[in-house]
Amino acid sequence: MIEKLDYATLQHLWWLLCSVVGALFLFLTFVQGGQSLLWQVAKTPTEKDLVINSLGRKWELTFTTLVLFGGALFASFPKFYSTSFGGAYWVWILILFTFILQPVSYEYRKKQWNIYGSLVYEGFLLINGAIGILLIGAAVGTFFTGSHFQLSDQNFVTWTHPLRGLEAALSPSVSSLFNIAMGLFLVFNARTLGAMYLINNLELGEVPEMATRLRSACWQNFLCSLPFLLLILGSLLMMPGFGIIDNQGTIDIVSFKYLRNLIANPWLIVLLAAGLTLVITGVWNTAKTAKTSGIWQGGLGTVLVGLTVLLLPAYNMTAFYPSKVDLQSSLTIYNASSSPYTLKVMTYVALGIPFVLAYVAYVWWLMNRNKLKIEDTGDRAAY
Amino acid sequence: MIENLDLGMVNWARGQFALTAMYHWIFVPLTLGISWIIAFYHTIYVRTGNEEWKRLTKFWMKLFGINFAIGVATGIILEFEFGTNWSNYSWMVGDIFGAPLAIEGIFAFFLEATFFAVMFFGWNRVSKGFHLFSTWMVAVGSNLSAVWILVANAWMQHPVGQAFNPDTARFEMQNFTEIIFSPYAINKFVHATSSSMLIAALFVLSISSWYLLRGRHLIMAKRSIVVAAIFGLLASVFTIFNGDESAYEIAQVQPMKLAAFEGLYDGRQNAGLVALGVINRDKKVYDTQEPFIGFNLHIPGLLSLMANRSFNSFVPGMKDLVYGNAEHNILGSAQKMDRGKKAVVSLEAYKKAKKAGDQAAADTHLATFNEYKEFLGYGYLQKPEEAVPPVALSFNAFHIMVILGMLFPLIFVGYLYFSLKGTLVEKKWLLGLGTITYLLGIIATQAGWVVAEVGRQPWAIQGLLPVSVARTNLTTGTVQATFFMFLILFTLLLIAEISIMAKQISIGPEEN
Repeated sequence: MIEKLDYATLQHLWWLLCSVVGALFLFLTFVQGGQSLLWQVAKTPTEKDLVINSLGRKWELTFTTLVLFGGALFASFPKFYSTSFGGAYWVWILILFTFILQPVSYEYRKKQWNIYGSLVYEGFLLINGAIGILLIGAAVGTFFTGSHFQLSDQNFVTWTHPLRGLEAALSPSVSSLFNIAMGLFLVFNARTLGAMYLINNLELGEVPEMATRLRSACWQNFLCSLPFLLLILGSLLMMPGFGIIDNQGTIDIVSFKYLRNLIANPWLIVLLAAGLTLVITGVWNTAKTAKTSGIWQGGLGTVLVGLTVLLLPAYNMTAFYPSKVDLQSSLTIYNASSSPYTLKVMTYVALGIPFVLAYVAYVWWLMNRNKLKIEDTGDRAAY
Repeated sequence: MIENLDLGMVNWARGQFALTAMYHWIFVPLTLGISWIIAFYHTIYVRTGNEEWKRLTKFWMKLFGINFAIGVATGIILEFEFGTNWSNYSWMVGDIFGAPLAIEGIFAFFLEATFFAVMFFGWNRVSKGFHLFSTWMVAVGSNLSAVWILVANAWMQHPVGQAFNPDTARFEMQNFTEIIFSPYAINKFVHATSSSMLIAALFVLSISSWYLLRGRHLIMAKRSIVVAAIFGLLASVFTIFNGDESAYEIAQVQPMKLAAFEGLYDGRQNAGLVALGVINRDKKVYDTQEPFIGFNLHIPGLLSLMANRSFNSFVPGMKDLVYGNAEHNILGSAQKMDRGKKAVVSLEAYKKAKKAGDQAAADTHLATFNEYKEFLGYGYLQKPEEAVPPVALSFNAFHIMVILGMLFPLIFVGYLYFSLKGTLVEKKWLLGLGTITYLLGIIATQAGWVVAEVGRQPWAIQGLLPVSVARTNLTTGTVQATFFMFLILFTLLLIAEISIMAKQISIGPEEN
């Protein structure tokens, strides 16, 4: 069956698979969100240990999903990989820098002779949780607002802005506002998810005051995320986009492009609406009731919203990584992908993904079926 | 294509890759190897129920965790560095090179990540059997990740299963199985993982020797030494044998690398392997200086045997490979450059003709390109001598690796002999040597990678893509800035890691 798939189908399929991985990563940023909540919700050393140990059992999944997102894009859309990572150099380097800090912070924070003290490692976790996610959001924003690059005949990238990617957030422009809004939305959404996950995973009866703070943090961060979400959604409905306008792959600015994409793919509207409804339900259940299962609605909702955000700029003859300075250098799923042979090989490989997801889910259930207690943080293996 | 070429930038980018990869490789061999030892200890605990083995398992697991965290931290940059510093490379070979990295993520990293948490925190949360299974899965996942990254690296050394597509201006995958089952990839994996097991055995040996010297944790130390010495002896002998197989592979597909790490300028029959000698760092391939300073000793015929499985066979030297050798039918890089430049010119002409819609001209240029395309990479070299890698560094790294590699099995035999005689505790000299063997192991494995990567220069992809083309269009200052960022951060983290590790070792297994 895979052998019979045509090139365009494979390109759509692989953008979908990359988007699913990206959307799952957004859900798993509850780890980063929780890290950035540490000093806000945990007021005693015991509470801090609980938060760190709860998130510390999941940090590797988030980290691995990010690495897989990069690997999947490299394998299936190498032109995006080379253009964006080589071009928007500083934004990616800084994102990576914040992710270098994360694993060692969990492992070293409480260890004797850790040289720099626990506070420094907690600071590293805050940097990863806040700055890392903010920059990832700004980078995703450029899928809609465009970047400053040109490609040569050999498809080698030249970045035309001296800030090498940081202009996405730092240049005084409407585009930057949109990109920053995307970044801040992801930060507040991650914090909302972080609070939901901790409510779900901790034995709340042992730390009632922290439970109250977590429920309150969930609500506050959701409220903080709303203006940015509305700004993003409003902009997407109104803004022009980068469309493929003929069979030669010519790119041009198309008014209301993303609104047109939604109308052309009404299932994206359904995904978005379902995602938003689930997130709101999860937040309400966590913040306004005594339920602890909000992370599942919030998590699934985030995956659906994330999926919409990543599919919207790529499907329906759209350039998913547009160039502002040379429209014809813009990347589409058609001109940026691997060869049909490689995409087919990778599609065979992808048949193993359900198996991977199944054992991840099973182990998650095994490890999370009992709530994390204070006594669990006393073990010498604990973080 | 290479307009605005800034060689300073290229060299800093090479330096940065070397820096990040070498830091990463300080930690990875221990992760790969010790995960098996932990799984072995854990299995004994589950089978016997003896709490002593549980303590041992938890002790080595804790050291594994400290090492693993910094290994992961230093690893993420490597995957993305292909894009940030080598973006032209990422485009030109991403169609092939990206696949193993993605597969590594899907199958290896998730296995590791999922079962890592169970291994560390599952003692009272899952059944004993599932917990043990998880420990084994971490070992399998760690080593599986090595498979894929080594497949990718082997492809850079010996690019099989690909073809250049002039329309997309990139190399594209033609045969996936040829890439993953390339003999070069299999050798690389076997050599890297067996040497990692050796490193893990040296780690256990070093710590246990230190305990014996201090008169602490005697039972645990003696038990660990016996396991490590057996494990290490097998791994070290196996590493020597598959190292020889690697040398044979290198001779077939990267003869310049072999010539460089043996300091062989003039090819010869019955070529000897250098047993003793100081390489002349000033010698160039085109001058008449002696390759060695002062006395040097070669073992006759051994290099020919390693390279071609025959004492009398001819091993080409660097001069033969640069300037050619008609007698032995060797095309030099000088001749390859001529052909490569024809490939470059015809490719550019083809692209122009296609753009202009001149199909007849495009067909003519394409035919010329196809005639010379196997030499495309050489078309980007500036001079024939550029095809020679840094000789002194390759030579010294290779010989450090070999000397240390030969020393390790002797040390393991010594440990086993005195352990069986029951006099190991009295042999202070051996225990003293034992405490530094882990450091020697790290030096040997780092030297091995220097041989592999420096010896491949100037190529990013052997014979196809030089590093000068593979680079990202960045300023030297930008790469310098990130070089020092990573140097400072990794050094600070390494200091913390060593300090924490030292404290945990000094605490020992009883208190863990």
